[in-house]
Amino acid sequence: MATLKVLVVDDEPGIRSGVERILRNFKVDYPFMDEMYNFIILEAGTGEEAIQIIEKDMPDICLLDNKLPGMQGIEVLEYIRTQKYDILVVMITSYASMELAVKATYDGAYDFIPKPFTPQELKSSIENITKQLFLKRMARKMTHEGKQVRFQFLSVLSHELKAPLNAVEGYLEIINKRQLGHELEAYDEIINRSLKRLHGMRTLILDLLDLTKIETGKPNQKIVDTNLVKIAESAIETMMPIAIQKDVQIVLNAPDKLNRQLDPDEIEIILNNLISNAIKYNKQEGKVEVIITEKTKSITIAVKDTGIGIDENEKTELFKDFFRIKNPKTKNITGSGLGLSIVKKIVELYKGEIIVNSIPDKGSEFIITLPV
Amino acid sequence: MKKIILVVDDDMDYLFQIKLKIEQFGFEAITAESQREGEKVIEAMKPDLAIFDLMMENEDSGFILSYKIKKKYPEVPVILATAVTAETGMGFNLSEESNRSWIKADLFLDKGIRTDQLEKEIKKLLKI
Repeated sequence: MATLKVLVVDDEPGIRSGVERILRNFKVDYPFMDEMYNFIILEAGTGEEAIQIIEKDMPDICLLDNKLPGMQGIEVLEYIRTQKYDILVVMITSYASMELAVKATYDGAYDFIPKPFTPQELKSSIENITKQLFLKRMARKMTHEGKQVRFQFLSVLSHELKAPLNAVEGYLEIINKRQLGHELEAYDEIINRSLKRLHGMRTLILDLLDLTKIETGKPNQKIVDTNLVKIAESAIETMMPIAIQKDVQIVLNAPDKLNRQLDPDEIEIILNNLISNAIKYNKQEGKVEVIITEKTKSITIAVKDTGIGIDENEKTELFKDFFRIKNPKTKNITGSGLGLSIVKKIVELYKGEIIVNSIPDKGSEFIITLPV
Repeated sequence: MKKIILVVDDDMDYLFQIKLKIEQFGFEAITAESQREGEKVIEAMKPDLAIFDLMMENEDSGFILSYKIKKKYPEVPVILATAVTAETGMGFNLSEESNRSWIKADLFLDKGIRTDQLEKEIKKLLKI
């Protein structure tokens, strides 16, 4: 049994003793945590007192009311952050100051609990925090500071590259040893799978090259007078073979000509990625619409599909390196997981914006606005 | 009776190949394609050995499955198979006490392992 120290900072003694009562016999258990966690409660009635206790006892978790008599909760949060203390902060707040609580989460609070809360609400929040704390400490133990993002990128990359290699190698071994008998037809399926995996690997490598180009920065960018509509037309043409396979219809909705100062290669990468996603994640006989519009100081590229859609909680993950939505509907869709991350990076080079609208099973829409 | 080996992996090609291998070793293979499916199998039956992929729906799916199966059947040996290993620094050495305490698996294997080695490791864990 391991014990976490929870500091409750609230000027109402009732809240403090309530928390103490609720958490007194509470325990958190979590897969691959070696032991259960329980909690001891430290109490502070003011922000000043809270800081003394933080310095003396170094709690693991801090439940922080914002409205305090002297120093405000948000200042205590600020203090913890500037001292770089390893304390997860949860704001306790009344519904009226919800906006403030949300702001606090931007400033480094991990979560907030609206007041009044039920014992169950407090418990589930503490449970989440404990898991978070555990994973955070584990991650720190495993990686060296500052290298984490790169490390993660490389480890996922090596995973993504080795998985298809292993698959193809395994299939070749089966063929080599004639493990499915001597009829050639018996091997059709595994040969097709091998080709598919190799194709996926090629896409990944091409995407990686795109990514390196963007990440090494602007020197490579060649901004020229570019006709967006022409690029859209050629991107649609490039994607036609996969659209035909799925009976997906692609419609371009754009003016005859739209010239702006852009890097044509980058625009092509954006359009290729968005259109190929719109086809891949579409339903059979679905529709893809590419809409290009202009304003005096910006252009908008929208790609709309009639596909499987994206869950609300997946929207934020969507643009991360190697993120791929995994569910039964996407099982047979291949991809590197880099496409949207590349698109986003390009959009950022132009200081533009990308937004996603989606309704599961109805379709998604990606809208890019570039201030050019 | 043939020993039953449960394999959970979201790579259908790996699943196909390892099933073939396991059958050649003389065991029966039961496969599942996700953490969720794997959990259902564990609920329903007790395999003699389990092989889990590390990253499936979640980055730690394999850890969670090992935890769950060890909780229900502490005696069932578990192999965690992954394509991520030494070159990324992500190798876990299970002979170290500090790792053994939180990774509930008996063995960490690279997915590219040779067939004869795999057979040897499985048989060792099954005490055959």
